[in-house]
Amino acid sequence: MKDFILPDDRDMGTPARSGALVTLTVDGIEVSVPEGTSIMRAAAEAGIKVPKLCATDSIEAFGSCRLCVVQIEGRRGTPASCTTPVAAGMVVHTQSDHVRKVRKGVMELYISDHPLDCLTCSANGDCELQDMAGAVGLRDVRYQSGRNHYDASGHGVLAQGDARARAASTTARSGVAGDLGNPLFIPKDNSNPYFTYDPSKCIVCSRCVRACEEVQGTFALTIEGRGFDSRVSAGMAGDDFLTSDCVSCGACVQACPTATLQEKSIAELGTPTRSVITTCAYCGVGCQFKAEMNGDRLVRMVPWKHGKANRGHSCVKGRFAYGYATHKDRILNPMIRDSIDEPWREVSWDQALSFAADKMLGLQQKYGQKSIGVITSSRCTNEETYLVQKLARAVFMNNNTDTCARVCHSPTGYGLGQAFGTSAGTQDFDSVEHTDVAIIIGANPTDGHPVFASRLKKRLRQGAKLIVIDPRRIDMVKSAHIEAAHHLPLKPGTNVAVVTSLAHVIVTEGLMDEAFIRERCDWDEFQHYAEFVSDPRHSPEATELMTGVPAAELRAAARLYATGGNAAIYYGLGVTEHSQGSTTVMGIANLSMLTGNIGRPGVGVNPLRGQNNVQGSCDMGSFPHELPGYRHVKLPEVRAVFEAAWGVPIDPEPGLRIPNMLDAAVDGTFKGLYCQGEDILQSDPDTHHVAAGLAAMECVIVHDLFLNETANYAHVFLPGSSFLEKDGTFTNAERRINRVRKVMAPLNGYGDWEITQLLANAMLKEMGGATWTYTHPSQIMDEIAATTPSFAGVDYALLEEKGSVQWPCNEDHPEGTPLMHVDGFVRGKGRFIVTEYVATDERSGPRFPLLLTTGRILSQYNVGAQTRRTENTAWHAEDLLEIHPHDAENRGVNEGDWVKLASRAGETTLRATITDRVSPGVVYTTFHHPDTQANVITTDFSDWATNCPEYKVTAVQVSPSNGPTDWQESYAAQAEQSRRILPAAE
Amino acid sequence: MSPEKMVHMANQIATFFKTQPGDNAPERVAGHLRDFWEPRMRDQLRRYVDEGGTGLDQIAIEAVKRI
Repeated sequence: MKDFILPDDRDMGTPARSGALVTLTVDGIEVSVPEGTSIMRAAAEAGIKVPKLCATDSIEAFGSCRLCVVQIEGRRGTPASCTTPVAAGMVVHTQSDHVRKVRKGVMELYISDHPLDCLTCSANGDCELQDMAGAVGLRDVRYQSGRNHYDASGHGVLAQGDARARAASTTARSGVAGDLGNPLFIPKDNSNPYFTYDPSKCIVCSRCVRACEEVQGTFALTIEGRGFDSRVSAGMAGDDFLTSDCVSCGACVQACPTATLQEKSIAELGTPTRSVITTCAYCGVGCQFKAEMNGDRLVRMVPWKHGKANRGHSCVKGRFAYGYATHKDRILNPMIRDSIDEPWREVSWDQALSFAADKMLGLQQKYGQKSIGVITSSRCTNEETYLVQKLARAVFMNNNTDTCARVCHSPTGYGLGQAFGTSAGTQDFDSVEHTDVAIIIGANPTDGHPVFASRLKKRLRQGAKLIVIDPRRIDMVKSAHIEAAHHLPLKPGTNVAVVTSLAHVIVTEGLMDEAFIRERCDWDEFQHYAEFVSDPRHSPEATELMTGVPAAELRAAARLYATGGNAAIYYGLGVTEHSQGSTTVMGIANLSMLTGNIGRPGVGVNPLRGQNNVQGSCDMGSFPHELPGYRHVKLPEVRAVFEAAWGVPIDPEPGLRIPNMLDAAVDGTFKGLYCQGEDILQSDPDTHHVAAGLAAMECVIVHDLFLNETANYAHVFLPGSSFLEKDGTFTNAERRINRVRKVMAPLNGYGDWEITQLLANAMLKEMGGATWTYTHPSQIMDEIAATTPSFAGVDYALLEEKGSVQWPCNEDHPEGTPLMHVDGFVRGKGRFIVTEYVATDERSGPRFPLLLTTGRILSQYNVGAQTRRTENTAWHAEDLLEIHPHDAENRGVNEGDWVKLASRAGETTLRATITDRVSPGVVYTTFHHPDTQANVITTDFSDWATNCPEYKVTAVQVSPSNGPTDWQESYAAQAEQSRRILPAAE
Repeated sequence: MSPEKMVHMANQIATFFKTQPGDNAPERVAGHLRDFWEPRMRDQLRRYVDEGGTGLDQIAIEAVKRI
């Protein structure tokens, strides 16, 4: 069938190829495609649909269903169009009588072993098997009822010993008494919270198995059995989907052509009737999704194949964990209270905003202009973040604005800014497809950035090499079909020593790219640096005792990075959240310049941003020392731009960073805070200190979806809107500005940008100032573009046209900039910076002999405010403490025991899990659950340059425990008290 | 902030800049303090130095004279 209007995201059948064009003819239509392209795809390019079942364009062709057979002039037989590549001059017929007959016969066989319950099937109307039956003109099935997989009653079914055993085993594991007589019948597996597996509907096309392998790279699925017994299986016998290695990325569900693997939401809500392209609100990969809707109800999120960061893939969070947006805990009405000891009172928006404005203005009158401030959110849009920092600068009239990037990637901003002249990663995610050697340092991509991890794993399976620098044996070190060439299991806190030692090997063994350095970098600074790193005290042999990294392994890793071809560094918070976080970032930049691995595909320095809009929140001037576009407030020419735009003078002095705000609150000079979309009580270090700071403030305004932990200390609660309920943009880790599109009306009544505007206007009215008049976020982006050179070319029309753009996007780069520093560094010459290792003052000793490091897990996200309110708790219902068997044995700790975790800052209890994933002397936990409050343990030590907390190194002791600490009990009681709500008066 | 924390932070900055090439570490520390420390933090540091600056790195003390 020929399509005359080609839908944008139709399935082309097989993946795209690149190369010289080859011209052929399909059904009389001439088409030119790259060599290596399948006939099926060439036909699709010509608008011709070839029937298919086992092929889909996200995975390589398999050639098993035989439905896509075609005839080729001059060739014998009926080859599968999915596995047959095009050739010049080829003449293909997709609809001859002969192929139609073959296809109909194939479909008859498929349908003969498929339940004919189409009218009540959850995939009705969205089933490729159904479509293909129609496409081939199947009108009857000649085969008599016989052996089949769908008839549980077993009437007329032949007994099969192996299959009977397997069915019995499946019955046992699923708990469903499905074996009613047919030994081939396997009951539905409902174990996964988000999708079901119904073996009776499986056509064994292997699309799910191949998606798990090729797209996700987990290899959890397989085809179990042979011949007619063949069925998809999640791992070993006895495993169901929940207990298997399946990571619930959804690739298998997406690939399935029938209802065999099906979202439970589809079964419950029906097939969607419309879709909207938007961007995920979880990690910094910035996956784009089709939000598929029934009316204003979200039915499912499907990764969009044209999303330039995710290329059609997803993880369990973005794909499935959106239920928080309609969770019963969500607060939809504004609330106020005079004291945090009182219950909340629901009030109107006008009352809440007036109350907040009065309070904040009153505090400024009483304590001074700099006594209040804001915290912007990396979970909110660029437009919202821009408005919050504008609120501080143009309404509060100070620079007391900071963002949660303070506690994650602020050292990236400082370090890369110093070395390269811009505070961002250098590459796009597509770059990994050209990488020969990747270093992952201080990041755990399979958990924190799963879609990028899948793309990297794909490249590793193609032969690229991997170096992992991490105290833990993360999954990237070794998992199905990948293994790191080198794992450098450094002691927490020794990043700078290891990075400098890598540079020592590269310089002293003459492995640097001198031509690149001479051309692109400051030669004098390089000579200082080369002299510094060449000192024998930086040799791997000299640092081995301190870092715990075997010298030979480090030397081998350095040689591989320097000589292995295109080499890229990917890093995360294991780099930045240290007292020398900024120094390590500069050390990483040094390595890339030393080896000339910058400015082309496959190389570069790539910070993996934790939250969806960390990059954007920093770009938007959230930091207290710089205006949008990373320009310091001290620069009069920069202030002049914003003074002209906003009509107010800008304070030339830097404002308070988040830790400084809390210190000043305890000191009594900082009294009011507007906190949008962040939960600093749970996420920031040294919880006791954060609580003391919040308690000392006289007006805390929390603007959030939920009554989070910070709200326990708040006086005003402004209910927020989810990412599904507003327009805007997020900027991901590759500087890509992605559109966020409103798919439903805000349940709370307003988008977050509107709420900030309402608050600003409530204050401005009292101040007698001109109010803000934005009516759509696109107008905010227009203001950003007008004031910020790197965004000068960005507007919503361009984003609609291109899908997304990467900044800088301006007159010089009208379509954006996928790769930075191609012809030269933003600052001119690249700058080598001496990176002397300075041990942290947080050291283990007799009282606290272990080192705690913290991180996140795949199924949960940051403080868990969203993911704890989804079915993702099936995988991670509590924070656990990983402890090495030797350390556990020394303390009498067994698997699952409650233990007390204590540091000089505080103590908490949680359950232990014993694993050699961590080294002796190191323990690890996550910080997703407020009843654990891992940050009670972390200290106030921070990065020297940016105050980014040193989450990754805390000296601790672990001991058996029989229950929660006094603090945990009192906090739980206080939180319960604090969350009391009095409904609005009638 | 507590004096201990302030001294620790100031010394961290001094420690970094004195490892860098050149003999202008105090000026570079001062520049960092001007760029990133809010005025009331700098005032507290100034007052602390005026009161003797116990525990502060000499480079940090020299820097405070320049902010």
